[in-house]
Amino acid sequence: MIATTTNAVRDMNYSAFFHKYGMVLILILLFTVLSFNIEGFASFRNIFSILEQVSMFGIIAIGVTFAIVTAGIDLSTGSIVALASVVAATLVTGSEGYGMTLVAFGGAMLVGGFCGLINGTITAYGRIPPFIATLGMMTAARGFAQLFSDGRPVDASSDAFTSIAGTSVFGIPGLVIIYVLVAIACHTMMSRRTFGRHVYAIGGNVNTARICGVNVEITLVKVYVLCGVLAGLAGAMLTSRAFAGNPTFGNMWELDAIAAAVIGGVSLAGGVGSVPMCIVGALIIGVMNKGLNMLGVDPYWQQIIKGMIIIGAVLLDAQKRKKS
Amino acid sequence: MNNSNYILEMNNVSKTFPGVKALDNVNLRIRTGSIHALMGENGAGKSTLMKILYGIYTPDEGGVVLLDGKPFQPNSPIDAIRSGLAMVPQEISPSANLSVADNFYLGREITKGILMDQKQMNAETTKVLDELGIPMEVDVLMSEVSVAQAQLLAIATAVSYDAKIIIMDEPTTALTESEVHRLYKIVRKVQERGIAIIYISHKLGEVFELCDEVSVIRDGQYIGTKNTADITKEEMINMMVGREMDEMFTRDSVDIGEVLLEIKNLNLPGKFENINFNVRKGEVFGIAGLVGSGRSEIVEAIFGYVPAESGEVIIHGEKVDIKQPMDAIKHRIGFVTEDRKKTGLMLNMSVTDNMIMPDLLPYLESGLVSDKLASAVSNQKKKQLRIKTPSVDTIIDNLSGGNQQKVLIARWLLLEPEILILDEPTKGIDVGAKAEIYKLIIELAKAGKAIVIISSEMLELLALSDRIMVMAEGRESGIVDRADATQEIILEMAAGDTAEQALEHAHQNEPSIKNDQQNYKFEEVGQ
Repeated sequence: MIATTTNAVRDMNYSAFFHKYGMVLILILLFTVLSFNIEGFASFRNIFSILEQVSMFGIIAIGVTFAIVTAGIDLSTGSIVALASVVAATLVTGSEGYGMTLVAFGGAMLVGGFCGLINGTITAYGRIPPFIATLGMMTAARGFAQLFSDGRPVDASSDAFTSIAGTSVFGIPGLVIIYVLVAIACHTMMSRRTFGRHVYAIGGNVNTARICGVNVEITLVKVYVLCGVLAGLAGAMLTSRAFAGNPTFGNMWELDAIAAAVIGGVSLAGGVGSVPMCIVGALIIGVMNKGLNMLGVDPYWQQIIKGMIIIGAVLLDAQKRKKS
Repeated sequence: MNNSNYILEMNNVSKTFPGVKALDNVNLRIRTGSIHALMGENGAGKSTLMKILYGIYTPDEGGVVLLDGKPFQPNSPIDAIRSGLAMVPQEISPSANLSVADNFYLGREITKGILMDQKQMNAETTKVLDELGIPMEVDVLMSEVSVAQAQLLAIATAVSYDAKIIIMDEPTTALTESEVHRLYKIVRKVQERGIAIIYISHKLGEVFELCDEVSVIRDGQYIGTKNTADITKEEMINMMVGREMDEMFTRDSVDIGEVLLEIKNLNLPGKFENINFNVRKGEVFGIAGLVGSGRSEIVEAIFGYVPAESGEVIIHGEKVDIKQPMDAIKHRIGFVTEDRKKTGLMLNMSVTDNMIMPDLLPYLESGLVSDKLASAVSNQKKKQLRIKTPSVDTIIDNLSGGNQQKVLIARWLLLEPEILILDEPTKGIDVGAKAEIYKLIIELAKAGKAIVIISSEMLELLALSDRIMVMAEGRESGIVDRADATQEIILEMAAGDTAEQALEHAHQNEPSIKNDQQNYKFEEVGQ
């Protein structure tokens, strides 16, 4: 009798544990398996290279996580990356010193933020579903990027600017440091700030949020501005790394970002998710990309595998919700 | 074979949810081909019992369910349907964009080769409907069919599935008088085919007119089964409500102070018009009326959730401008809404988060929400209101209805409101929690709060309120004092009479039993 009770308790703890850390376990498992099969996979160099690749769409994924937790979505982030990249490149090209670098990063984030402001306003005050509002922006921002750059890559030759992605501190690439800082700031904002609590409230039950005096409209606008700013930042980072801005940058990144959030366990139904979850999701994608590349898997097959993993993660989420 | 004359026997069926026993050894025996009423108040356990029958819930160990003499334990509604059960739900949701015949054959379409045989389906549907005496065009879209017709179609669909038992859940809620009578006719036709009907209702008139037997459950307990021919209306009411109010609650007197909240000429076209009342410090002000009489809309307007178009809200003698809930919160109004799931709870968030959401400022430490501070406060409220939850970090979805309601009340108490609006605060919660909430309301009044309470339960309103405003179709019929209020008077006013008219009638019809113990529900008035 006692034995069965403790077993039941233990079972419950196991399931709660898997519920919470299942994706972390999968990440560790994936990494371990790949490390045993690929020489040098577990080296610092390789790990940082993975992190560097993850950093840009990972930052976008953090913004998108906020949107998804409000039961919304942002499809425009990839196009904002392109627009921000040509803006940043135009601002910084031929300049010297860190002043213009700052201006270029600031300009990219400002442009992104402005796109987000439009997304948020249309969604919150125009009562247009965010899927549609950001779908429009996805098309329009890409168009603006082409227009702004005449459809050609824009040179971003500035030693200071490209050094952001080029240098590393104690072997940690600059872009990874930015990713970590953004993640810490956003995690704090989401879990500890009033704004974050309101984001959860809106996703949990928008009617109740209203009854509780949450300013739903302003909170939503802030969420989409944040998405835009982070996408703009990712655009500047990519420009720094590529030595150029390009209106074709960021193609499909919005979907990678959404995939990262969803794989990490952020629920598309809203109300459930966190920054660490979306980081785990981004890392799973990053580790898998790198691993499949190093194993020499056909890129077409890589896409197929990625697609299946996304579907699997959503199925898992649906299963969890059915149980509770 | 089955040699008893019961088509269905449910013996000692129990169902426990986390924190609440929804059904406790309930029995239900349905005779073959009979119409059997299942009665009980909201939250009594009727729908839980039916969901067990329909394979949605699994009952606790120990009970026995026999269908046609054989053990019956469906795993899903499909299982139940295959075994000969059919449910006509309270709110029918047909596919509006398909035709009547398409809905009739939904999921079992007749095909000819690879295509659907529309002609055959139309013909067959017409045939079944004609047999039951339901005249209906089968090729019109469902969106053009009335609720009553849709209901009859659902019954016909159940019959065509060769159901042995049809469960009808409050089928007359949305029907007019003449539609109700047509429904009776169809139900009797169905009965003639040897099909048993479980008829869930809390309208007494219907049960007496239509049903052969009636079983009553109350607070998850089986009370009894009677022949409708052998029982009076009063006996039936007693079975349903018992004498709970008397045992549960006696009201202390409270000193009533100056006017705190004043409402002048409040209007929202289509919902309510020209509403005037005031509430004093320490007063419990009741609002009565049928569902849809505008009673909830008035308080939603005062709170700014759906603002009124014109009119004044005056607090402490000063006109205030409440355009949205946050304005109301600033003026220290609390509002426990009618529908917990829709406008009350954030189901996937913790007890603490649900409690503190309206004002996070007290829990900030250098700009960050301190979970430690927050849970300290919610733990204190948990103790004070005796909220049964393993922890304040528990996701609120796991709490019973009564405890969820306590959390929602605690949410507003944390703001130390001067005015507390409670819309159906005891809907769907168990008796124990009810009694505690009554006590709490009076304590709050004693502490000088102005309380506005809306309820469909007459006894609850009469026991709690100092004055009661009665609504009829968006208009204010009048306000009666506690001393004058009886169930008869309020019912009459809810039908549109003024307070003076209702009081006059009451005097003519002496002796009227004042505050008798039978808890009439508004739903019974329509009969």
